[in-house]
Amino acid sequence: MQIKVLGPGCPNCEEMTRRVKQAVDELGIEAEIEKVTDMAEIMKHTMSTPGLVVDGKLVHAGKPLPPVEKIKSMIGG
Amino acid sequence: MLKWIADVVVFKVFGLSSQTKLGDALHFFVYDTLKIFLFLAVVIFVVSFIRSYFPPERTKRILSHKRLFIGNILAALLGIVTPFCSCSAVPLFIGFVEAGVPLGVTFSFLISSPMVNEIAVVLLYSLFGWKITAIYIGAGLSVAIFGGIIIGKLGLEHWVEEYVYKIRTGQGTEVIKQSFRERLDYAKWNTKDILRRVWLFILIAIGIGGFIHGYVPEEFLTRIAGPGNPLAVPAAVVLGVPLYSNAAGVIPIVYALMEKGLSMGTVLAFMMAVTALSLPEMIILRKVLKPQMLGVFAGIMTITIIGVGYLFNAIL
Repeated sequence: MQIKVLGPGCPNCEEMTRRVKQAVDELGIEAEIEKVTDMAEIMKHTMSTPGLVVDGKLVHAGKPLPPVEKIKSMIGG
Repeated sequence: MLKWIADVVVFKVFGLSSQTKLGDALHFFVYDTLKIFLFLAVVIFVVSFIRSYFPPERTKRILSHKRLFIGNILAALLGIVTPFCSCSAVPLFIGFVEAGVPLGVTFSFLISSPMVNEIAVVLLYSLFGWKITAIYIGAGLSVAIFGGIIIGKLGLEHWVEEYVYKIRTGQGTEVIKQSFRERLDYAKWNTKDILRRVWLFILIAIGIGGFIHGYVPEEFLTRIAGPGNPLAVPAAVVLGVPLYSNAAGVIPIVYALMEKGLSMGTVLAFMMAVTALSLPEMIILRKVLKPQMLGVFAGIMTITIIGVGYLFNAIL
């Protein structure tokens, strides 16, 4: 599974990455987490950061950040 | 109900008498705290829910190719309901430019969004009443509308970084479909999230109202920055511009300044300068704007806010 966290590097994006890692750990699945900071790349998916893309599909964008439990269901646990 | 809780907490749990100064002050503090937090939670929840229907993608479509003036008014109003935080400023800016939103209209949005929001409105209303709140909203929107119009008229498109015009997102960004249940969930998370970030500032503001009231000599600030000093407004704005805070953070300061006799126009101008312009946001916007553009933006905002301050001092 390929997971991308989209965001220019603000505190919210860091927090999002942390929660995604925790969700992946708790689910115990194999996933590659990539942080995308390139604006053109981010803009292909969303205007609201932080964004979460799972296997090429946008599943979350902007604030408020979803709780870890919700992220688990987003990445299909 | 709230009064009853405050009665129980102060008079039963702490065993204070309503006749004592401390008991009275504490009662006021507990009652006000409960009232404001309850009010804030309800308003943030409702606004967050409404906001879920206004993603930036939708705002962008509404504002696309809008004319000056009408576009600026719409942008300032949409700034209130579109969810936006300064870390999203860059993708938002690029998205707006790509969709053909005029530069001046984009700025009206960027100005109004941090300045006029539900937290500012609830706190102003709770602490100062509806009249001051209405004046603040009106002034905030005016600054956003006219600031944007001036920037639009100046024709500064060449001071936007070139790469912004080259980014093409193809079919455009997606909007995630949300169910009613999910919208409610998001509203709940947002309410919790905001309250967690602002509760301390609000307690301080209420505390100033309940306890510090009357302990600092009023003449001190009035003498140096009261209505008699014509330089009070520009001084407050110039001080406020580099300071960075959201509406909740600046309210305790605003409250204290008002208590100490600064005039309304000066205080509101200070609050606008703090919330609308900040160094961190400038640094973020530097990614899409050339330094000259940032300078013009800061200059226009400073002058407009000073104007609003003088106007209020004259009419209030």
